[in-house]
Amino acid sequence: MFHFSNITRSKGDPKIVEGGSSLKQPSDQLARALGWFSIGLGIVEFFAPRRVTETLGMEGHETMVRAFGVREILAGVMSLSVDKNAGLWARVGGDGLDAAALLSGLTPDNPKKGNIALALLMVGGIAVLDYRAAQDTKPQRPGPNARRKLYPNRSGFPKGLQAAKDRAKEMIQHATAGVTS
Amino acid sequence: MKALVWHGKEDIRCDTVSDPEIQDPRDAIIKVTSCAICGSDLHLFHNFIPGMMPGDIMGHETMGEVVEVGSGVDGKLKKGDRIVVPFTIICGECDQCKRGNFSVCETTNRKKYLADKVFGHSTAGLFGYTHLTGGYPGGQAEYLRVPFADATHIKVPAGIPDEQLLFLSDIFPTGWQAAVQCDIVPTDTVAIWGCGPVGQMAIRSAILLGANQVIAIDCLPERLSMAEAAGATTINFENESVLERLKELTDGKGPEKCIDCVGMESHVMASLPDTLLDRAKQMVMLESDRPHVLREMIYVCRPGGIISVPGVYSGFSDKLPMGAFMNKGLTMRTGQTHVNRWTDDLLRRIEQGEIDPSFVITHTVPLEQGPEMYQVFRDKRDSCVKVVLKP
Repeated sequence: MFHFSNITRSKGDPKIVEGGSSLKQPSDQLARALGWFSIGLGIVEFFAPRRVTETLGMEGHETMVRAFGVREILAGVMSLSVDKNAGLWARVGGDGLDAAALLSGLTPDNPKKGNIALALLMVGGIAVLDYRAAQDTKPQRPGPNARRKLYPNRSGFPKGLQAAKDRAKEMIQHATAGVTS
Repeated sequence: MKALVWHGKEDIRCDTVSDPEIQDPRDAIIKVTSCAICGSDLHLFHNFIPGMMPGDIMGHETMGEVVEVGSGVDGKLKKGDRIVVPFTIICGECDQCKRGNFSVCETTNRKKYLADKVFGHSTAGLFGYTHLTGGYPGGQAEYLRVPFADATHIKVPAGIPDEQLLFLSDIFPTGWQAAVQCDIVPTDTVAIWGCGPVGQMAIRSAILLGANQVIAIDCLPERLSMAEAAGATTINFENESVLERLKELTDGKGPEKCIDCVGMESHVMASLPDTLLDRAKQMVMLESDRPHVLREMIYVCRPGGIISVPGVYSGFSDKLPMGAFMNKGLTMRTGQTHVNRWTDDLLRRIEQGEIDPSFVITHTVPLEQGPEMYQVFRDKRDSCVKVVLKP
């Protein structure tokens, strides 16, 4: 079977013959997809805020859109990091802010309110995915009250701690005698 | 053969790969009998150390039996010999090797041009690590090619179980070197941050080198209990202030010697704001390391004291209190371990029953379960301290 990574192997080094299974879960893939989506959306919001506000009939709010863009990029980077769970929860919070901002623009005199409704629908859908991914990628570290084994008998000194200390003293005396004699 | 292969961040798989071959007359091939997952493997698992490529075989704590030797091994190894493989690949001939500075061997990094650019000078080639250190296939596998095998080996006798000898490859000499670098005298208090496998070895090394008092700092009860078993006084930093407790234990003077067995991924806690800032900066790639422990050590170490850093740092650390470091006249000693400088002495101590490094093993599983054990070790599940893999 062809494995792309084999191309980069040094001559003579072992190459992959058959790939094993990955422990990555679908939620990890979803987190990754949401992370990249977040960065993409953030870039659009940061660099083209006027296009966004025009589409939504919310002209004059470019600064807020730009700030949301920065937030999206940071949450996206976090979602791609080993702390993806924190990134995904940041996205869930961001979805709430997005929804609130969109709702504020949903006024009867806004000619683009159809676009806002569509955007709200999208935010709702994405929020469900964000929440699902955040739930599924919870860190599996044991909590502070989890039962733990203790190792009070593992000194590593087969002859006992005192013998180890005595041996150390002996070695120091031997070394000192060597220096002074 | 089966091997644990890096495929990306948090993605290590047990793949079938082609068997290693002799590439150079100085090579040997070993059949791996035991290997282990090291704390520094977790930095690779998290992709915090640059220069990993999909397809890289993990692992740098390995031992086994020689099954093939190249023509240039010059009788120093033969088929059937039992060896522990030091994680640093050494030529034994260059100026640095002759000085005993094996981890900065000038010959063995086959991607020297990368290390020269990043570090200024190349260091030794390492097994199962980043391509900055040669990208050599590692030993979490059924077989391992050992380059420069005539020098890169520790011959071990039959009759002692693998579990007692395996850690001569890395964590035991690493903990030992960390303690030796402290120039311990009998009146010294040695404070050790991190009670993972290297921290545990450093604690026992400090005792064997005659420290008056050893203080171990961590937050995991199982690791603190293991430290206490060796006679260390413990500080759980989640329950008490490290700075205040260290002052108390040293009559306000601070420990003379401090050892950082944590490195670049220090614990993040809301009560330690610098750790939150470091984590945020690390996430957005504004900082590669989280040096909370270094900051704390510089602040608390007794003036004129020594700071020893076996913990791995990869790149750039912010907000180090250099003013305190300089004005207190501290000395910092660090580096990857010069494994072969210490192993004759350490093997003798194991043979004489002074120490049995197998105390640290909490999990022994078949190689195939390796990917899962990376997660268990990372998450500290099941009170995991050290994982040994059996191919």
